[in-house]
Amino acid sequence: MSLRIVVTVKYVPDATGDRHFADDLTVDRDDVDGLLSELDEYAVEQALQISENSDDDVEITVLTVGPEDAKDALRKALSMGADKAVHVEDDDIHGTDAIGTSLVLAKAIEKAGYDLVISGMASTDGTMGVVPALLAERLGVPQVTLLSEVSVEDGTVKGRRDGDAASENLEASLPAVVSVTDQSGEARYPSFKGIMAAKKKPVESWDLSDLDIEAEEVGLEGAYTTVDNAAERPARTAGTIVKDEGEGGKQLAEFLAGQKFI
Amino acid sequence: MAEVLVYVDHVDGAVRKPTLELLTLARRIGEPVAVALGNGAGDTAATLAEHGAVKVLTHEAAEYADYLVVPKVDALQAAHEAVSPAAVLVPSSAEGKEIAARLALRIGSGIITDAVDLEAGDEGPVATQSVFAASFTTKSRVSKGTPVITVKPNSAAVEPAPAAGAVEALSVSFSAQATGTKVTGRTPRESTGRPELTEAAIVVSGGRGVNGAENFAIIEALADSLGAAVGASRAAVDAGWYPHTNQVGQTGKSVSPQLYIASGISGAIQHRAGMQTSKTIVAINKDAEAPIFDLVDYGVVGDLFDVVPALTEEIKTRKG
Ligand SMILES: Cc1cc2nc3c(=O)[nH]c(=O)nc-3n(C[C@H](O)[C@H](O)[C@H](O)COP(=O)(O)OP(=O)(O)OC[C@H]3O[C@@H](n4cnc5c(N)ncnc54)[C@H](O)[C@@H]3O)c2cc1C
Ligand SMILES: Nc1ncnc2c1ncn2[C@@H]1O[C@H](COP(=O)(O)O)[C@@H](O)[C@H]1O
Repeated sequence: MSLRIVVTVKYVPDATGDRHFADDLTVDRDDVDGLLSELDEYAVEQALQISENSDDDVEITVLTVGPEDAKDALRKALSMGADKAVHVEDDDIHGTDAIGTSLVLAKAIEKAGYDLVISGMASTDGTMGVVPALLAERLGVPQVTLLSEVSVEDGTVKGRRDGDAASENLEASLPAVVSVTDQSGEARYPSFKGIMAAKKKPVESWDLSDLDIEAEEVGLEGAYTTVDNAAERPARTAGTIVKDEGEGGKQLAEFLAGQKFI
Repeated sequence: MAEVLVYVDHVDGAVRKPTLELLTLARRIGEPVAVALGNGAGDTAATLAEHGAVKVLTHEAAEYADYLVVPKVDALQAAHEAVSPAAVLVPSSAEGKEIAARLALRIGSGIITDAVDLEAGDEGPVATQSVFAASFTTKSRVSKGTPVITVKPNSAAVEPAPAAGAVEALSVSFSAQATGTKVTGRTPRESTGRPELTEAAIVVSGGRGVNGAENFAIIEALADSLGAAVGASRAAVDAGWYPHTNQVGQTGKSVSPQLYIASGISGAIQHRAGMQTSKTIVAINKDAEAPIFDLVDYGVVGDLFDVVPALTEEIKTRKG
């Protein structure tokens, strides 16, 4: 038996950098250093663990939709241990929203061939956390999402989803779409050997025509949502800062009382 | 007047507060029609009517609890067909966002997640979002189809606004996908007796500076003196001192209370992402250079083991 895993990874602006919008109100991806979204490292890690724990022949493909630089994200995932990569890149994709992104990803996943898709819980720039559910809807396969624990055996995926009201055990047959949280286990660092090996691993590039997608279906033009305005949040007015010299607790209580919290 | 569908988050008929907030926002756009599903759906009607629901569409079936997400999407789609609403509003929980996204795709609509405010506009509802760890505020619209918008807790006040709240049975036929993901077990979260983190008016959080699970008693005592919920940084959660359900930040809960008190938390960008929209922010940290102090309305540079118990004492004294 063989198991084909596609891991979706996003290249995002560094959260600790100065993230901002470009003139067309899309996320500026040129001016800000990017990297493989940390939350997608967990998805790569779980794919590797599933592979390591499996008697089957497992092949892990990492897939990204993004600009030229997004190759960096693929390289990182390959150096962690994924087998091959697919980069969907097309100028017409600029400005695509979640609905459009899920279309491109779904077509690419189908073209690549899959038994299991693993995504991160959310991208660290858009933070919508909806793409995995959208992929399941588009592919017509079960969604087994937001897992803090995941395992695959005999064509079945099982996992634990820690929700607000309860912790649930989930189960579905493959093919399926999974997303994993940052509670699923720390991602490994690429080893020197892994980094060297990654340089020789295949990276395919596809554009929209390879996926039979028309330019109008994606990009700013195809978007289902419009951002009319983006404004930097005014800096908070500097607060009062006191040094505790024995009275700090009392002073704080005085402030809270003044604000009617006590 | 146009109708607005509001997806009801409830536990066995007890409506959760974010849904009542949605009803306030829905009234700015049209007449709220609530959709309540699963066990106890019918019991939600009285509360929903008190807060402005003109109609309550209900459907009870075992599928809602036994299978993940899709049965609820099927039902919401049926409600969308029955009502042809001007917008669909869903509470921004992890599940709410997934339901909303799949619905949007099915009905050919755009989706906006995590709105913190909503107004009527010439071209449909305008949603305010807080992005990049709350360093930017955007205004967006859905430009295709029926706007599907998820709204974060604490985005509006709960306002009583009595309406008919007529209960109608929704007829739902489940799709082939509905039974794809089976829920084979469920462990309900134990109640701590404290307010729900995302809904609380006051949140008291502890971080790595709390230095041990047992020391969280100090944070809990302060929280209890204020009737607050307890939060924790990821560092405290990763260390095993406090449960992940209480984590505040990018990969935990996003909170927006009236008052947020951070003790022994440095204020990393991922933590700020989950609390920066709090109205009043207070921090206690022994490092005067900690970035959390850039956000505060009031900060105390000091040892939390001195300041927090003293604060708790003073609050108790003042409250008598
Ligand atoms: C993808 C990703 C997602 C993340 N998601 C989250 C998230 O959801 N939530 C989150 O919180 N973090 C998150 N993080 C982690 C985040 O980057 C920080 O590591 C974390 O917030 C640090 O927690 P802390 O402030 O408690 O610890 P530290 O940064 O170590 O700060 C501890 C603070 O306590 C102070 N202190 C120590 N002792 C005392 C004392 N006795 N009295 C007073 N002050 C004291 C210190 O001066 C210091 O400022 C995420 C990181 C990544 C990469
Ligand atoms: N452009 C993209 N390329 C590849 N994967 C993506 C992309 N956008 C989102 N994803 C995947 O979908 C997950 C959730 O993203 P989001 O819904 O944008 O928060 C991410 O963790 C990724 O696994």
